[in-house]
Amino acid sequence: MAAVQETIEQVRLIDVDQYKYGFETLVDTEKAPKGLSEDIIRFISAKKNEPDWMLQWRLDAYARWLTMQAPDWARVAYPPIDYQDLYYYAAPKKGGNGPKSLDEVDPEILKTYEKLGIPLREQEILAGVERPEGEPRKIAVDAVFDSVSVATTFKEELKAAGVIFMPISEALHEHPNLVKKYLGTVVPTTDNYFATLNSAVFSDGSFVYIPKGVRCPMELSTYFRINEKNTGQFERTLIIADEGSYVSYLEGCTAPMRDENQLHAAVVELVAMDDAEIKYSTVQNWYPGDAEGKGGIYNFVTKRGDCRGRNSKISWTQVETGSAITWKYPSCILRGDNSSGEFYSIAISNGRQQVDSGTKMIHLGKNTSSRIISKGISAGRSQNTYRGLVSAHRKATGARNFTNCDSLLIGDECGAHTVPYIETRNPLAQFEHEATTSKISEDMLFYAMQRGLSQEEAVALVVNGFVRDVLQQLPMEFAVEAQKLISISLEGSVG
Amino acid sequence: MTPLLEIEDLHAEIEGGRKILDGLSLTVNPGEVHAIMGPNGAGKSTLSYVLSGKPGYVITGGSIRLAGVELSELTPDARAALGLFLAFQYPLEIPGVSTMAFLHAAVNAQKKKRGEQEMTSPELLKRVREIGKSLDITAEMLRRPLNVGFSGGEKKRNETLQMLLLEPKLCVLDETDSGLDIDALKVVSAGVNALRAPERSMVVITHYQRLLDYIVPDVVHVLAAGRIVHTGGKELALELEATGYAQFQNEAA
Amino acid sequence: MAAAVHLMKTPAELALAETFAAAADRLPGTPDIAAGRAAAFAQFSARGLPHRRVEAWRYTDLRTLMRDAAPLAAPPDAAAKARAGGKGALFAAVAARRLYVVNGAFVPGLSDLSPEPGLAILSMAAALAQGDPLVAGHLGQVVPSDDAVLALNTALMGDGVVIHVAKGTALARPIHIVHVADLAAPAALFVRSLLVAEEEASVSLIETHEGPADIAYQVNGALEIVAGDGARVSRVKVTAEGSAAQHLASLSARVGAEAAFSEAGFVLGGALVRNQLAIRLDGADTVAHVCGASLLSGRQHADTTLVMEHAAPRCESREAFRAVLDGAARDVFQGRIAVRQAAQKTDARMMSRALLLSDTAEANAKPELEIFADDVQCGHGCTAGALDANQKFYLMARGIPATEAEALLIEAFVGEVVDQIEDETVRDALMGAIRAFLLARR
Repeated sequence: MAAVQETIEQVRLIDVDQYKYGFETLVDTEKAPKGLSEDIIRFISAKKNEPDWMLQWRLDAYARWLTMQAPDWARVAYPPIDYQDLYYYAAPKKGGNGPKSLDEVDPEILKTYEKLGIPLREQEILAGVERPEGEPRKIAVDAVFDSVSVATTFKEELKAAGVIFMPISEALHEHPNLVKKYLGTVVPTTDNYFATLNSAVFSDGSFVYIPKGVRCPMELSTYFRINEKNTGQFERTLIIADEGSYVSYLEGCTAPMRDENQLHAAVVELVAMDDAEIKYSTVQNWYPGDAEGKGGIYNFVTKRGDCRGRNSKISWTQVETGSAITWKYPSCILRGDNSSGEFYSIAISNGRQQVDSGTKMIHLGKNTSSRIISKGISAGRSQNTYRGLVSAHRKATGARNFTNCDSLLIGDECGAHTVPYIETRNPLAQFEHEATTSKISEDMLFYAMQRGLSQEEAVALVVNGFVRDVLQQLPMEFAVEAQKLISISLEGSVG
Repeated sequence: MTPLLEIEDLHAEIEGGRKILDGLSLTVNPGEVHAIMGPNGAGKSTLSYVLSGKPGYVITGGSIRLAGVELSELTPDARAALGLFLAFQYPLEIPGVSTMAFLHAAVNAQKKKRGEQEMTSPELLKRVREIGKSLDITAEMLRRPLNVGFSGGEKKRNETLQMLLLEPKLCVLDETDSGLDIDALKVVSAGVNALRAPERSMVVITHYQRLLDYIVPDVVHVLAAGRIVHTGGKELALELEATGYAQFQNEAA
Repeated sequence: MAAAVHLMKTPAELALAETFAAAADRLPGTPDIAAGRAAAFAQFSARGLPHRRVEAWRYTDLRTLMRDAAPLAAPPDAAAKARAGGKGALFAAVAARRLYVVNGAFVPGLSDLSPEPGLAILSMAAALAQGDPLVAGHLGQVVPSDDAVLALNTALMGDGVVIHVAKGTALARPIHIVHVADLAAPAALFVRSLLVAEEEASVSLIETHEGPADIAYQVNGALEIVAGDGARVSRVKVTAEGSAAQHLASLSARVGAEAAFSEAGFVLGGALVRNQLAIRLDGADTVAHVCGASLLSGRQHADTTLVMEHAAPRCESREAFRAVLDGAARDVFQGRIAVRQAAQKTDARMMSRALLLSDTAEANAKPELEIFADDVQCGHGCTAGALDANQKFYLMARGIPATEAEALLIEAFVGEVVDQIEDETVRDALMGAIRAFLLARR
């Protein structure tokens, strides 16, 4: 990958897209040497002062990865990735690796989050939105900058409620038994090419444990920022909701605009025990590359939730607007009887973006239910594919699924594709799937424009109507954010 | 005189869940028309389903006898052959099954089970046309798949046609007036009244008194919290229309 | 990248290579055809039998399911021909022109070859041997494909039927090709047919496939159809092979402008059946209806894989499929509606439904939309489940016993597809076959 240093302004000149988060933060960074080897893995592990078992776990994954091949079934195309031409560890020198307070964090980094609108000071709240009661809503944030967590807020307040929320590197020291018990139990190290790579080199990410019967007193969130060039981000998130607990977790991502493609291969594992519920929301806004398809993030992510307990529930909501290539299928394993899984997705592609995303709902337990609502919007010269699996195993008596995927095409150079897999091995499972693909309605656009909206506003209006069912699933702050993002993503898509 | 329908201390629940009928007793003699009224959620529809043997409803105690025969262990078709007819509140749409083919199958399955002579197609067609005429059911409607694309009124008329054709001993009418305008209500009621006979009984389940202006009952019961809490003559219906069910709900609780 | 994985040759692949080596010289065809056979076999050989990692064969792992390859069938003897005369009885009530293909060989003596203006029928073997320009011009060209099973057919095709319907000709009667396997031991049949309906021609084709029970014979059939502008072409296919048979069939159809095309496939018999349909709407304003149903029991495995390609503007297509599954049967439905960039104003709807009647049945569906044009209305629906309990209860509440109620509902379920066939006698015959399936269930 070329290492041309571009200033933000220069990038803007060649870029017709309206990516608002493409600036770069200039901080002193400590990096591992370029490339991937056992030594690099030892380096990462040593940096984090990990226990031996963790290093061995990584090395086993690496050995496995060397025998694997990148998957080729998705409808995406990209040149082969040179895994030796990447940095696998990059951390700000000042305040990296578990700062004790915000004062220890590099002011440049604090400024970065400020610019991104992420509140790292606990008195702050996301701008503009107030709760009905007039009480500001608290959101705890774990801020991950390249390979390390730079700040985690509201730790004390959460601790009082019994909730553990900290970088996974820290959890390895403070709660080694919990991490050891659950890590890799939902996404095994052998799962797939990118998950196995992540298992070998993962740097940081969030660890959440909600104890029995606890309703997490605030939204938890992690904000991922890739800053360094030629650096891959490999975060690992692990959330455990013990019996009868509830947590809502939000995730956001951005990166500077760069000419080279950057790799993001994360793994997220969720475990919900009896009667527990996890709500996981993502607004993914990695740099998508410019209009000609230069640069952008390769977002190859494995996300999976295990409804391990009876009556447990896992709900995924995602708004995908960024990345050059998206390859992700947040899934639910419905193991516990009466457990349920949900997947709500908005995937918007423009320019030369390629999206291959969807979900898997694996019905193993009795009376399990799942619901999939997917809204794909393709514009420009992008390709947008929904790929989803719904399966009922022999014992999944009474399993229910309803799937609805709608695609909207804006312009005649893009593609929208729907590839569902529906597998039933139980006569008392009831699966229903429906999908449509259509053009953005000219009548609706005309109606809105006749009432005075510009064409772009009219498109945004119609699109927002199209995705409403999914937006409603997001926490309010995120919904507002997502709505803005949708309008921005589609700028320049008509006319 | 043997009662036609005899329900004794009936307890029933939805499979794996809620208890709905809680010690319901009811006796209907031949020739009588009984109305069962009650607030929403009292168990009115459940009673009709339990009587007809709908899967998913479990009898946990008590007994139901039709002309002396215990029904609880019988399949729905066996109960139908014994002369039990349920006019559904929401008649099912069955795409692909033509109304005539369905009527033919139903009539002859019952006759066969009772050891009677089966009807030939022309006989049946003639009979269906006769009844259809009285109910404003056109030949075109009979050609359509069962209830598919029928309006609410058409569906109820189709239910009545089936009832007239099958000549049951006991008719259970579940909220037959729901979804009917006044004209359709008159047509359906006339059909039902035509069936009134000394050896035939009816159980009319309804939330509103309106239907009972047209199908006049001999006895009115109030069903609340899963059992009969009050019984009276036809004037009770008018009283309920004026005062509502609140007093009986308290009684039940 | 997956192609880089080298697999050991299976006994079936090795046997097929031997068969081809031994038979290549005596298979019919000009030198050009022979070269085409060799190229096709090389193509097959490079890839081997398709397996579950080949996306189009995801649910039908032929590498595992096809344990061995049977030797090529010998031409039928007089007795076999005589027996074949009574076959195709399912459509006895349809006044059709009947053509017989016995053990993969077209039998003119048995077939109704009475002349009709605008209609030409000849044997595929003869056409290959003579270098018939119609065949040479279309073979493998109708809808190009790199499918291994079709390549195998091109390499080993023995005989079949070539039908040409001249411009503006409306055939008086349907053509019924009766395919009969009359075998006492396992053998392989490679049948290739071609139907060319010129502009404004009208033709209705019926194909039935049947054979002996308990003999593991293997059929690899391919039919290519070219429908010109304004042509009306329909095909009904009934796969009722013997209980141990494997039946792999490829339909390639290219349809011109303002034409009407319909295809209906019914799977009633065979241990393993794969019907792959590649239909390309090449001209504007064409209407296509594709439907099918599989009625399976025991350990039957049936796979219907359809690609409906809209390559021209303003075409309409409707796809409707049903599967009724009893015992440990397994059904696969893969249906892709592909809309090319030029195919603006496409209107395409697909519906597939599976009914599972037993605890051990299995249904797999993959209904795909692949859309490259923006001004389109496309959709698909898919359901899988048991019979509707409320509907069954309604019927039983009217006195209809459980098994009869189920039969009525299943008949209605499949009937929705059968109803789409225009010819009433064909519909009646199919409903009869469905009732027979239901009777056998009791």
